Amino acid sequence: MTQPTTPEQPLGASRVELPRGESETAARAPSSPQTAISMRGLSSWYGSNQVLHALDLEIAAKQVCAFIGPSGCGKSTLLRWINRMNDTIPGARAAGMLSLHGLDLLDPTLDVVDLRRRVGMVFQKPNPFPKSIFDNVAFGPRLHRIYSPTDLEELVEQSLRASALWGEVKDRLDSSALGLSGGQQQRLCIARAIAVGPEVLLMDEPCSALDPRSTASIEELIRELRATYTIVIVTHNMQQASRVSDATAFFYEGKLIETGATDLLFTNPTNRQTEDYVTGRFG
Amino acid sequence: MSGSVIPTARRLLASRLFLTLCLAATTIAILLLGALLVSIAIEGLGSLSWRFLDSFASRKAAQAGIKAPLLGSVWVCAICALIAVPMGIGTAIYLEEFAKRSRIKRLIQLNVSNLSGVPSIVYGILALAAFVRFFGMGSGDEPWTLGNPESFWYLQCPLGPSVLAGGFTLALVILPIMIIASQEALRAVPQSLRQGALALGSTRWQVVRLVTLPAAMPTIMTGAILAMSRAIGEAAPLLVIGGFLLVFQTPTNLMSDFTVLPLQIFNWAGRPQEDFHKLAAAAIIVQLVVLVAFNSIAIVIRQKLQRPLQS
Repeated sequence: MTQPTTPEQPLGASRVELPRGESETAARAPSSPQTAISMRGLSSWYGSNQVLHALDLEIAAKQVCAFIGPSGCGKSTLLRWINRMNDTIPGARAAGMLSLHGLDLLDPTLDVVDLRRRVGMVFQKPNPFPKSIFDNVAFGPRLHRIYSPTDLEELVEQSLRASALWGEVKDRLDSSALGLSGGQQQRLCIARAIAVGPEVLLMDEPCSALDPRSTASIEELIRELRATYTIVIVTHNMQQASRVSDATAFFYEGKLIETGATDLLFTNPTNRQTEDYVTGRFG
Repeated sequence: MSGSVIPTARRLLASRLFLTLCLAATTIAILLLGALLVSIAIEGLGSLSWRFLDSFASRKAAQAGIKAPLLGSVWVCAICALIAVPMGIGTAIYLEEFAKRSRIKRLIQLNVSNLSGVPSIVYGILALAAFVRFFGMGSGDEPWTLGNPESFWYLQCPLGPSVLAGGFTLALVILPIMIIASQEALRAVPQSLRQGALALGSTRWQVVRLVTLPAAMPTIMTGAILAMSRAIGEAAPLLVIGGFLLVFQTPTNLMSDFTVLPLQIFNWAGRPQEDFHKLAAAAIIVQLVVLVAFNSIAIVIRQKLQRPLQS
């Protein structure tokens, strides 16, 4: 069933300013981690080629969960089911259960446009639109509702502040986003995703096209955003996973091999394959 | 095992030889074009005057002008552009952004590609049957009309050899070119931009309207320029639908008789008298100026659209 607004999510109709209010964060923070995304027996295929095999996984709300594993292990495919971007790929299908706060994400009648408002995505390569910096950030909000010019300006400023880009671009909001450096472009893409007011941020190797310094700034940003958003990050970089994530899931050939708290999984993996991968013996 | 080494000197020689060949080809092309322009200028410039632009056709070369074909060309090409450009872009958007991979899509694609290679005179024959005669429906009877022939909104069906029929005909000729050019432009827009817009919660129409089309527009305009340059120079299909060679009025409504510059040039160039050949050359100069003006407008539009894309 489509759910235009969920009662427990206060970013629906009443929201005008920044997506997430302070009060709401405070009200929820102390409780033990809530499950945001859960999957049971989730399998997925491209045509007749099975890429995910009966995955069981719970992802906690307002934490950073890292998906690691060698190329082709299905971690990006899994990520793209959470906002149903796989719908754009002919022949992609999934079976099993995948839900976001109880919302069935595999429901064929699901309103994917509304889902993508709730689940933002940052891609591997920065993909700012060939528009001004302001219009890039305002793009998402403008899709979904009508803003007064002052509200929109405020929303853009807050989103850029939240993505730690405001100081660098506040004097040139009207110049093209394509003039920014790679790292700045990626932070702009994060601001663009935040501006819509999502609950979840999906990041598909967000730093793989960036230099070490830009990577460090994005990682710092991810740690800050954790307070407000549930973040799922796909990464090839083991150090990055250990630096930014609370929980880690290790995938191999479409199967979930091991999952757990990041510090435990990296220091004391229970599975031999996980140990080999995180210590760099293969992958 | 390994082959013998090719001496560097020989490779450099080959490189230089190729460069020389390219230069020669360019030079020959420019010389030919230059010779054509110069010979037309020598023959035609003398006949070019305000009177030439502002007079109708005449049996006396000294009194003949191109008022009717010049305005006819403007009318027909404007109608053609208004029909073919939006239709071409629309079809391309459907094929590239909305149509699922299917047999029907492949069939349409194949036909569009083939149609772009069909000689324009064939379109003239089609247009004669479809637009001018309306497949013979109501032939012999009075045409169905709306308004009277003096009013600017006068319409009739079948269209007859009118300005509107001419515009439709040229639109047929350039539609496949327009579609293919627009498709290429849309295909050149990086997939990552579409994905980015979709991931923010855009509908497919919002992706097209806000991201894909604006990014493709400069290239689409380039395609439109080329397509319209083709339309403005077409004579054959308009000759087939019954475009007139001698017209003594400018179009007043969509049902007016018309002639166009290429038809007038064809007419004059075919006459035995030397004076008319000079008029033909003068008309060619006018045609070239119109073409250049047309392209300049399109380039200005393209630059305007392109500006926000550059940093």
